[in-house]
Amino acid sequence: MATMAQAIRMALHYGEENLGVTDVFGEDVGPPLGGVFTASQGLKTAWNSPLDERGIIGTALGLALAGQRPVCEIQFGDYIFNTIDLLKIVGNTHWSCIGQFEVPLVCMTIVGAGIHGSIYHSHSFESVAAHIPGWKIVLPSTPIDAYGLMISAIKDPNPVMFLYPKALIRVKGEQRIPGEPDEKILKRMIDAPTGPTLAHIEQARVDWKPEWPSGLTDYQVPFSKANIVQEGTDITVVTYARHVFMARQAAAQLKESDGVSVEIVDLRTLYPWDRETVMNSIRKTGRVLVLNEDTPVCNFGEHILREIITECFYELHARPRLLAGADVPGVGLHEILELASIPQVQNIVDEIRGICAEEP
Amino acid sequence: MKKDVKLKIFDLMVTARCLEERMIKMSKSADGHFWLGGPGEEAFNVPLGMLSRPGRGVEYDYFHFHYRNAATMLAMGMDPRDELRQANNRATDPFSGGRNFVNHFARVEWNVCPVTSTIQTQWLIAPGTARAQKRHGGEGITIVTCGDAGTAEGDFHIGLNWATQPGWDLPLLFIVTNNRYGISTSYDQVHGAGNIAEMARGYGMEFGIVDGTDVEASYSKLEEVMDFVRKERRPYLLEASVSRLYGHSSSSGANRVPEDSETDPLEEWVKKLIKAKLLTRKDYQAKYEAETQRMNEYLKEVKQEPAPTPESIYDHIYKDA
Repeated sequence: MATMAQAIRMALHYGEENLGVTDVFGEDVGPPLGGVFTASQGLKTAWNSPLDERGIIGTALGLALAGQRPVCEIQFGDYIFNTIDLLKIVGNTHWSCIGQFEVPLVCMTIVGAGIHGSIYHSHSFESVAAHIPGWKIVLPSTPIDAYGLMISAIKDPNPVMFLYPKALIRVKGEQRIPGEPDEKILKRMIDAPTGPTLAHIEQARVDWKPEWPSGLTDYQVPFSKANIVQEGTDITVVTYARHVFMARQAAAQLKESDGVSVEIVDLRTLYPWDRETVMNSIRKTGRVLVLNEDTPVCNFGEHILREIITECFYELHARPRLLAGADVPGVGLHEILELASIPQVQNIVDEIRGICAEEP
Repeated sequence: MKKDVKLKIFDLMVTARCLEERMIKMSKSADGHFWLGGPGEEAFNVPLGMLSRPGRGVEYDYFHFHYRNAATMLAMGMDPRDELRQANNRATDPFSGGRNFVNHFARVEWNVCPVTSTIQTQWLIAPGTARAQKRHGGEGITIVTCGDAGTAEGDFHIGLNWATQPGWDLPLLFIVTNNRYGISTSYDQVHGAGNIAEMARGYGMEFGIVDGTDVEASYSKLEEVMDFVRKERRPYLLEASVSRLYGHSSSSGANRVPEDSETDPLEEWVKKLIKAKLLTRKDYQAKYEAETQRMNEYLKEVKQEPAPTPESIYDHIYKDA
């Protein structure tokens, strides 16, 4: 099955061939590299920008105002913080001019820990992003969702923040994307040849051209539609990205050891999020854990918790809780430090046990 | 310059001055909460509007204006009532529906991109519209304006860098209107460089300086450099020295600066026209009084128009997909 990097690449290809994408750009996005995570290899509209995040966001906005359809990339979520004022401008442009100009741009950036990325390659961004109105924000956990959400993002006439998790970028999917060939064939078709140095890579790619799968479609994952990853009856875990997989592992363990039945909701779209699916699940189970890896103060999960308390307070059998990253300035490099900073499977198991042990 | 062009510029300068003076008064009453604008820049801003090509799409010019560009908008054909609607925060304000400050234009039919109070950030957005125009071809250019103070931001240099990428010289006219102040901080306190325009040299960009209080010099220089950007499809940095006749904004009182402390470009143009026997002082006074009265009448009319509704704050957050 395709990896998330391949899925994004295929969606961008479909976008530039069929949906009017004019520019895929950012640092190292164009040839020869095609993105430090290979998400833009072989794309005909991909180009390299200066090492300048402010210029990237500003230029993307200008292109969108001039009727183009840009997809820009900030190489790591950690590097997007010096564009916050520009993200605010992007988000308020349509509103401030009472709808005169449309802003059909996608900004993609890779987020979260899990690759021993240390202090400047491990940060989450969703909580800050959610505080900038006017954007739609997605964060897929699987290659097929990454494909479908990217197609939705490209088609949308509004700015879309396409976050994607570092830890899952090379993980193969469990579900085939419509039009996706077999894994080995896909690799041969769209993965650029590589080499030990930049000079070797450049040489190997002089005559290389991808052979795009012919059967790709405009398969969409609609915005604001969460996915119930697994059904359960005792507790709801509301999560996204890497922690969908961690929650699955915790749920399997709890089923085995405690006989607890966990329902897992993958939000997929963080804003505007799928309240209906979340609330219905909580009404069914009566217990909830909100789970993510961002730092805990003003965490996006706190917003979800507040909404849950407002809407479902009298239907809860236990205090709703948030399990988030540690309240520290960064994720340390040593594995012990990273594991201590980001919720792990055992932390999730412990938290769920605690919630399920509470008597109403 | 032909006689009718000279007189047209005069008419537009008077209209711009009277519109701004009307809005300054509004900012000191309940009719407007705030004012900032461009009295003292008319000699430069009117020719800029006259020589531009407003329209919708990449064939036409794109504008990322300063909030001191009302005279440019008038020269492009703006109804003064539209700016009074914005100054008075009416729902009928065509730029922002009562949401934004005075002189924060946005008009999609003319490619006037929404003005942001953070003027210098527009130097990051302008390379985007210019890149679309470069790809399209034709003679459409992007025009972006800032003041001297904002050039201290890194965004000033980012704009110049993105306009001169190898193989991607952009059809982008950068304009710095230098009034030698950022609110209260003088240019000389915070800029080591003798002038701003020469910073373009490091980017291999053409540049020039013009007396922006002189109508003929401004018109002629703008004609030359706009033609250069249109035809050569390369950027140009133009610095125009201008006056600031009512201070920075309401925040500095919005009062007329002491007589003779700064050049009044309208008065200078009137003197030239009188000397050329194209105008009399009496004609000028009559025109000034008539325009003042017209703005008063317009304001009365605009004030009758509806205010925004509370529910409207949720309009246009997203474009319907």
